[in-house]
Amino acid sequence: MPKTLHIVVCAGIVPDPLQTLEPVTTPAGPGLKNEMVLPAVLDPWAASALYEAAALAAKNPGSKVWLVSLGPKAKLQQVMLTIAQRVPFELVPIDGPIGGFPDAHSTAQVLAETIAALPGLDRFRLLLFGGWESATRGAGVTLQLVGERLGITDQFQGVDQITLRDDGSFEVLERVEGGRHQVSICAGAPAVLGWATGNLAEPRNNPQIGMANMRTIMPALQKARPATLAANSLRYVSASLPKQQRTTRVVKDLSPDEIAAELAAWIGAE
Amino acid sequence: MSVETTTTGSPSAEIDRPSMEVDIACAGFGPAMGGFLTTLTRAWTENPADPAFESRIAPGMPLQVLCYERADDLAAGVSGVVTRAQAIRSTFPGLEPAEIPMAVDVAEERVFYLLDPLGASRRSALLRFGDRLLRTTGRLAGIKDHAFELPWTPAFLHKHGGLILSIGQFNQWVASQLMATGLVQIWPGTPVAAPLFDEQSSAGKVQGLRLADQGVDKSGAPTEAFLPGMDVRAALTVVGDGPVGAVSQSIDQKIGLPPGHAHREWALGMKFVLSLPEDTALKPGTVWHTFGYPEPEIFGFLYVHPDRLASVGIFVPSWLSDPSRTAYRYLQHYIQHPALWQHLKDGTLRSWGAKSLEESGLHGEPFLTGDGYARIGESSGSTNMLTGSGVDEAWATGTQLGESVIELLRANKPFTQENLAATYETRRRSSWVDKGALEAQHARNGFHGGVVKGMIGMALAGLTGGRLAFHGNIPPAHKQIRSESSRLKIKNGTVLALANGRPLHDALLTACGWPEIPFDGRLLVTQQDALLMGGKVQAMPGFADHVVFRSPSLCIACEEKTCIAMCSGQAITESAEGVPSFEREKCIHCGACLWNCAQSPDGVHSNIDFRAGAGGLHSAEN
Repeated sequence: MPKTLHIVVCAGIVPDPLQTLEPVTTPAGPGLKNEMVLPAVLDPWAASALYEAAALAAKNPGSKVWLVSLGPKAKLQQVMLTIAQRVPFELVPIDGPIGGFPDAHSTAQVLAETIAALPGLDRFRLLLFGGWESATRGAGVTLQLVGERLGITDQFQGVDQITLRDDGSFEVLERVEGGRHQVSICAGAPAVLGWATGNLAEPRNNPQIGMANMRTIMPALQKARPATLAANSLRYVSASLPKQQRTTRVVKDLSPDEIAAELAAWIGAE
Repeated sequence: MSVETTTTGSPSAEIDRPSMEVDIACAGFGPAMGGFLTTLTRAWTENPADPAFESRIAPGMPLQVLCYERADDLAAGVSGVVTRAQAIRSTFPGLEPAEIPMAVDVAEERVFYLLDPLGASRRSALLRFGDRLLRTTGRLAGIKDHAFELPWTPAFLHKHGGLILSIGQFNQWVASQLMATGLVQIWPGTPVAAPLFDEQSSAGKVQGLRLADQGVDKSGAPTEAFLPGMDVRAALTVVGDGPVGAVSQSIDQKIGLPPGHAHREWALGMKFVLSLPEDTALKPGTVWHTFGYPEPEIFGFLYVHPDRLASVGIFVPSWLSDPSRTAYRYLQHYIQHPALWQHLKDGTLRSWGAKSLEESGLHGEPFLTGDGYARIGESSGSTNMLTGSGVDEAWATGTQLGESVIELLRANKPFTQENLAATYETRRRSSWVDKGALEAQHARNGFHGGVVKGMIGMALAGLTGGRLAFHGNIPPAHKQIRSESSRLKIKNGTVLALANGRPLHDALLTACGWPEIPFDGRLLVTQQDALLMGGKVQAMPGFADHVVFRSPSLCIACEEKTCIAMCSGQAITESAEGVPSFEREKCIHCGACLWNCAQSPDGVHSNIDFRAGAGGLHSAEN
């Protein structure tokens, strides 16, 4: 496997989960109240993929990381302020609708077309990264569909680690049931890797990286290609937030056994 | 931009610290910085070929302008405001409020004096007599729902033609336009630790900013993930980091304040953002000002945004001298006042937040300019405490500096104190901001002699354009906390807090006779729940504690512990050792602890060192 990698990270943006999220029905289908008002963040799973991509690129000189993201241009711009100081990348923005309800097939089509058209992208150096799940209302299947549209058959999901080998192959650890990993050896690029959380800490803000990234990010945003997702036959009957219960008590000096018993009782009751 | 690694001076002389050079470095992004950067970039985009805007440090490139903000997101503001928007509309002449989420034109203003329906507030004999008189006359006097509506609103309180705003949304709206120009970079989540002083200059020449260290433990000691805070060197440093900003504080400590000036008057503004019930009678654009409840010294407000959202909150001033003062519990009692509760009771809490307000006005104005730096916004003393207005004034000071910087760039003059004073200070002194500040200068002095005297003083100043007002010597904030009258309540509250794990602020008000809060899990929730449901507070790991108790012995000897009672996020709690504990993960960076410390190691400064820190509120609806 060539050590110079072309890593494309597909990453959606989602409302900051700390905000007040209230489902509503809009003329365009299900959505969140005031969704355009809420600050967005990079989908946490995809953020792991981005940080892993940057770490891999840093270890393999000459490698390059693209971040391909579909969302409203203004929201993409806002998200860039919170991640562009973290790791070096080139943003490929696609100006599209907000939210996770659009059909994954339509989204995958736009992403695949965009990736296929990236100037200078070498398919035989390509690792397609993304989150193995999505924090949006998306089904978490978009990455697989993008890979299929690009004709990439080596796909790995729930990835926590990738180790490059001298012969161009690489070893992948995928999460499986029981808190264990499945170890696979892949002959080489191209491949799709849907990341779980990985093993890296969230990178610190580095002003130098931010300055360098922003020189390409803002022009890219200004030229962001508008995308209209293909109409589909999806129809959402209803949408609701997961049930949330908060009961707060302040109890001092409880023994570990008592806390454990209470937790066990609570889990049993759920 | 040029990048190098240098070894810098104190406080971390041994650290190889990266540095980079830009043309203009800015600390803090709020309305003042929004005004500054909007003015600068607008001139730039109107004439991109103007050589004045060519970078001095990277010839051939446009000016390199960087702005660093502590909050994790530019929308994580902490204030819903009503503003006359004179300066904001001047910058955006065709402004349609609908362009800004949660913004609306002011449609109706009312002022209410709230009577105490519970009999729990601390009212003087004179006030009790007045209340009795009002109650006796009942409906004839216009009393309804334990509230007396003033038949007219004094002109100085009017916000006619103004806007109700969410500052979080306004900041985001301004920043998105600034960033879209591609000429300015604004970086949230990046606290600025201190200004870079020129060690050779005795006058406190500023050469840029030092960002906070990352990858450190709570004491600031490097961990294996250590990333030294970068030195961002610049010919001009613009300081707009708010009333408790680390850069502002450092400059004040280094060069002092002008003779006779001091930061002595403060208030904590705390508010909820609510979803009003579907059948609400409150119309968008409604503005209520209140006073008299939950304590006579506490002013309150209700602003109605579009889409059935409302901001409702209180201001707890430093001249509420009782050390058992607090904010969250008072706010819960406030919204339950019958005049408000009838509109709010079926609402839902969406967001919550708090911030300190520097209310000294001209009394607290620092040196506005120095060699290499200029100060704008609230930390520059721009807030008008007579009109209760700060956002528009802050924006105006930013635009004044923007115009001045453009003038100096075009004249190719350096950013010396002399040049900045001749441009920025001159503009500010001749503006409506300074005129208003002069009128407001003594407007609130009377409150140090009691609420009634304070209200009379405010009315006098407001009705005479500041010609008549009470003059007085305002004590330092730590001396405004009078302990004698409240030791018993504090003791009882502390016993209650320690006995059953209740937060001190909560236990104190119970000890003071206030009824328990009937939690409903929707609008009336514990403060811990509000941190998550409303404030959405969090803090990134890897930063040092930004609240530091300077002298442990003073804390141990302190009986008042007002820092604990007034902590907005319950981040400061009692500890068995006597020195309060601080949890950075709960801090909302309101800065209340800074001026709610009853101790002072030097007679001037508080015993709490409030430094640069990351994290805090995440709500974008504040």
